[in-house]
Amino acid sequence: MSTLLEVSGVSVTFDGFRAINNLSIAIGEPELRAVIGPNGAGKTTFMDIVTGKTKPDEGRVIWGERSVNLLKYSESQIAKMGIGRKFQKPTVFEDQSVRDNLAMALANKRGPFSVLVWRATDRDRARIEELAEEVGLSDRLDDSAGILSHGQKQWLEIGMLLAQDPRLLLVDEPAAGMTPAEREHTTDLLKRAARTRAVMVIEHDMEFIRRLECRVTVLHEGAVLAEGSLDHVTKNQQVIDVYLGR
Amino acid sequence: MLRLMPRIATLCACLIALILVVPLRASAQIETPLQDALQTVQPLVASPSRATVPDMLAALIVADAPGTVAFLRAWSDREVYERPEDGLFFFAREGADRALVLIDIDTGEEIGVTSSREVNQIRPNAGVRREVGAALVQFELMNPDPARRIAALESIARSPDAEQAEALEIALEAEQDSAIALRMQRLLDLLNARFATETATRVDAIEGLRGDISTEARRALNQILQTRSDFGETLPEGTNVARVRVPGDDMALIAAYAVLADAGLVPERPGRNAIRDVLRANVVDGTVGGIPVHQLDTDEARRAAYLALQEAGTVAPLVTTADMEAAVAQYVFYDAYLEADPAVTGAARDALDSTRTRISVWQFLGISIDALSLASIFFLAAIGLAITFGVMRVINMAHGEFIMMGAYTGYVVQTVIPNYTTSLVIALPLAFAVTFAAGVLMERLVIRHLYTRPLETLLATFGISIALQQLAKNIFGTQARPLTAPDWLAGAIQVNDIVSVASIRVAIFVMAIGFLLMLLYILNRTRLGLEVRAVTQNPGMAASMGINPDRINMLTFGLGSGIAGVAGVAIGLVAQVTSEMGANYIVQSFMTVVVGGVGSVFGTLAGATLIGFLQKGIEWFNPANTLAAQTFMVLFIILFIQFRPKGIVALKGRAAGD
Amino acid sequence: MPFDIPRNTAATKRSFLISNPSVLWFMGLLGLFTIGVTVLSEGFGLGLISTNLVKILGMTLCLCLIAIAMDVVWGYCGILSLGHFAFFGLGGYAIGMWLMYARTEINIRESLGRGTIPPTELEVSEAVAAQIFGVVGSSELPLIWSFAGSLPFQLAMVVLVPGLLALVFGWLAFRSRVTGVYLSILTQAMTLALSLYLFQNDTGLRGNNGLSGLQNIPGALHVPQAVISMWFFWASAFALGAGYLLFAWVVSGKFGSVIRAIRDNEARVRFLGYNVEGYKLFVFTITAIVSGIAGALYYPQAGIINPAEIAPIASIYLAVWVAIGGRGRLYGAVIGAAFVSLLSSWLTGGGAPNIDLGFYRIVWTDWWLVLLGLGFVAVTLFFPKGMGGLFDYLVRKKP
Repeated sequence: MSTLLEVSGVSVTFDGFRAINNLSIAIGEPELRAVIGPNGAGKTTFMDIVTGKTKPDEGRVIWGERSVNLLKYSESQIAKMGIGRKFQKPTVFEDQSVRDNLAMALANKRGPFSVLVWRATDRDRARIEELAEEVGLSDRLDDSAGILSHGQKQWLEIGMLLAQDPRLLLVDEPAAGMTPAEREHTTDLLKRAARTRAVMVIEHDMEFIRRLECRVTVLHEGAVLAEGSLDHVTKNQQVIDVYLGR
Repeated sequence: MLRLMPRIATLCACLIALILVVPLRASAQIETPLQDALQTVQPLVASPSRATVPDMLAALIVADAPGTVAFLRAWSDREVYERPEDGLFFFAREGADRALVLIDIDTGEEIGVTSSREVNQIRPNAGVRREVGAALVQFELMNPDPARRIAALESIARSPDAEQAEALEIALEAEQDSAIALRMQRLLDLLNARFATETATRVDAIEGLRGDISTEARRALNQILQTRSDFGETLPEGTNVARVRVPGDDMALIAAYAVLADAGLVPERPGRNAIRDVLRANVVDGTVGGIPVHQLDTDEARRAAYLALQEAGTVAPLVTTADMEAAVAQYVFYDAYLEADPAVTGAARDALDSTRTRISVWQFLGISIDALSLASIFFLAAIGLAITFGVMRVINMAHGEFIMMGAYTGYVVQTVIPNYTTSLVIALPLAFAVTFAAGVLMERLVIRHLYTRPLETLLATFGISIALQQLAKNIFGTQARPLTAPDWLAGAIQVNDIVSVASIRVAIFVMAIGFLLMLLYILNRTRLGLEVRAVTQNPGMAASMGINPDRINMLTFGLGSGIAGVAGVAIGLVAQVTSEMGANYIVQSFMTVVVGGVGSVFGTLAGATLIGFLQKGIEWFNPANTLAAQTFMVLFIILFIQFRPKGIVALKGRAAGD
Repeated sequence: MPFDIPRNTAATKRSFLISNPSVLWFMGLLGLFTIGVTVLSEGFGLGLISTNLVKILGMTLCLCLIAIAMDVVWGYCGILSLGHFAFFGLGGYAIGMWLMYARTEINIRESLGRGTIPPTELEVSEAVAAQIFGVVGSSELPLIWSFAGSLPFQLAMVVLVPGLLALVFGWLAFRSRVTGVYLSILTQAMTLALSLYLFQNDTGLRGNNGLSGLQNIPGALHVPQAVISMWFFWASAFALGAGYLLFAWVVSGKFGSVIRAIRDNEARVRFLGYNVEGYKLFVFTITAIVSGIAGALYYPQAGIINPAEIAPIASIYLAVWVAIGGRGRLYGAVIGAAFVSLLSSWLTGGGAPNIDLGFYRIVWTDWWLVLLGLGFVAVTLFFPKGMGGLFDYLVRKKP
């Protein structure tokens, strides 16, 4: 397991409020990692920084074997390097069919001209079917994404993430609003994905995290409070203080 | 001029006597009719000569009858007639059939018709007239009424004349009022600078004008510096040369040659058209100089044909560039001052140069004031938009029509109440009320339903804007309606000859400041302001805190529209009220809001100031073309947004995102 | 925002035309319309349709073409451009320069040629310049007219000028992530700047006089207008058909998928690895070019172009047409443009009877804009799908 992403000494200030404070965190490949923390701990801002949406005031974000400095790249370039992101709120393109949503995410050329002349090959179609199978949407391929249930939208989004074939998946609260059965399905999906790549899951729900059976990083006030197995961090006095209040 | 001196001195003594006497006489209320006074010196008035003028004037001044000055003016303009039978004097006007209608010089009544043969027109000669003219000026310059003296000075300033210098000098000595004395001194300098005979006097006078930025002083200096273009084989001795022109360098060779040709010193140079005309006149059997006509469609061919004709000796020779250079080289071309004395022109040039910096400073100040005035108009037009855009993220394309609505409200009020001050006082709150109501109505009926679709709000409000514009056209017609400012706002504050500012613009500036303060107060110091700010920053949270966003949106929209209405009255006072006036301001207003930064009063202020100064600044570089100024301004704004997409005063942080 | 949901796209394995039956319908109707007008025209048929009406119909086709371009950029890609009519005008100016120059040159050569000596090239171009620019008090040919005599050059300009302007402007705007209403305002500012620029007398395009006499085609000066109007009608119909095909193809594939995704959630598309700015720029530029071509076909039929045509209001009307017709579907744009512009010319051209209410007489020239404005508000509020949305009902009710 080699280090895939290394964030070191990163800080961000919004109008005097320090959202991220000298944060350092690293993830290897393959690895499944859960990130927890109370509201305002900086979890989403951390993802924004890694994916290029927010530029930090200081610090470094280093990617891959060739140690690329991600801060110099735009969102789309970072995505193309192999970082996929799932948002907290499911954001699929509700106007379009499940098939088109997946087709858009497929790891093909992204330039306007190649997209213009793109027509699905048999391999592409097979890949779409396979992904739909994986996330359990095989029979809904030609439905509009807008009419899917909440949980199905989450899966479609995970399916789109997998279609991108990223090396690092950033997943923001995948289980929010899901039924227990859907959660189980989601856990399986993530664990399977993490066999070949790095997956970082942000989640509030301890039960969900316990089932992921992975290393946990606790964020608090924009910095890492504790890191280790779930049992380890839940025994940490500081973590208990933060979560339960003093 | 010197010989006039003693006489004028006598006159002057008389005048001073008169000035002293007048108050006494005024209190005594005894007035001699002018006719009686004239009869005491009847022969001198009827057949004047230069020698008799002082006596006549002295007598008249002593008599001091009312209307003396007007009479003398008419008299020297040959408008006075004498009736030989009784020696009385009359004014006259032409009646029917070349008859004259006689007018009594005291009462101004018409007293009868006569033929021009029965009366004599009195025709003072030029010398007499000059003398009387000088005396009249003197008379006015020493008038006890300061207003009359100032008027006399202004009339001298309007048409300066060498003769007036002495009168001024005398009057200056007697002058008590220091302000008027100052003005006299300057006028004297102006006159001396141009007309004095002694070089030293002139140079002194010019020195006195150094640093004077008034138009009249600069005009006087420029008049001294007038030049004419001339040439000669050498630079002539004793000519006050302004500069030498080198042909081919700062004077076109062809132009220099043409000057020589005009003087008959060299043959005319046949130009392109002349060559063509010559060829046309020399067509023989379809050829010119052996070249077929149809081939003469290039300059080379025409030249060849012309040269062929020249060989044959039938036409004037071509003049080549070398010929021209050779001819021109024998002469010197120069500009010479009309004024022969180099000391005078040198001093004038120095004096003029010394004013240059001061003029630029004043001009800069003037432009800054213009820019400030423009900025306050932009601010007034845009601030309402900024409020609605900032708080509700709603683009109101009908904002310009609210401005128009306010202006028409002002117009309607003025047609009902003729007193401009009263009507303005009523129009301002009424315009606010009308547009406030219109804004609230629009918010309730249309905008409320489109909060989640900002682009469609833009379009829907645009639909309203088209409809309102056309409605205004249907009601008020297409011609511009006046919105007149009351008299006390009509004038201008004249700082000096370079800077002046219309009072109405000052009023608008004050109004803009007033609105700025009022808005700052409302937003920062009142409950409404607090709620508005809460809704601006986080509508969802505000709603959960018990603020009714619906009410806030309605009030904000009303407030924004109401301010547009008041701005409309203000703009109507400086521009014309038409159905399209709103459209003229809407894009600028958007620019102001966008450049300034959305959701901030200070942002709008900064945006308005930037755009106002920018527009005036660009106009300064290219004063002839306001269209170009606007074009460049819009381009600048497009580029500006590249570098500060959130405007000058940008909200930072996550609240500003998305 | 539920627009029509294409059930068949590039990700399925069906051919373009079969999966887009509306394209076939449209092409068929356009073909029938063209044949119908030809048969009824003065120039080539029964003479039931006046030359003037043919011109109006031809111009309407051009407006439909720019409307579908607007639909692609706004309805599909979500960029509410208030500048596409400026591109339309630029196309008109580019072709207008050639029409005006070439025609004037022919006339000048004819009149100068009658003299004893043939004119030189310089004399011709000076005379042409004096004739064209006398009206703005100049007799020199501005630099931008250097190649106005060359048809291929000016045809290239029809494409290049709007294309390059859109490319540069779009690059600047999209690069700095200006979106939504800001972008609309910015495009409006661009349009305003352009029209103000053209209004100036010294910018070489005859200021507010504009270019005129464009209906006379050099090389065909003796062909009657009845015939020329048909040529342009055919050209306009062809251009509309080709443009419709092109855009239908563009929006039907994965490209269409991506730009609709950009419209709905631009940030998400970025995280999928697409260079959103590149796509927007592509769409903005290609639609600008099509707008320029539409303008180049429109103004020879209108006969005159002046800067007022480019004023920001024109571009807003364009958005109005598309919104009334129905965004996000190409035939909607065509319906909107054709319906509103024809209705407008009928009502304001004095063709419509005024209505006497007894106490008030409704004069359509006065009330048409009020009606349009309020109607537009109503469409925005109650029928966001526009007139094209009616087809959904029809199609859905049938089976």
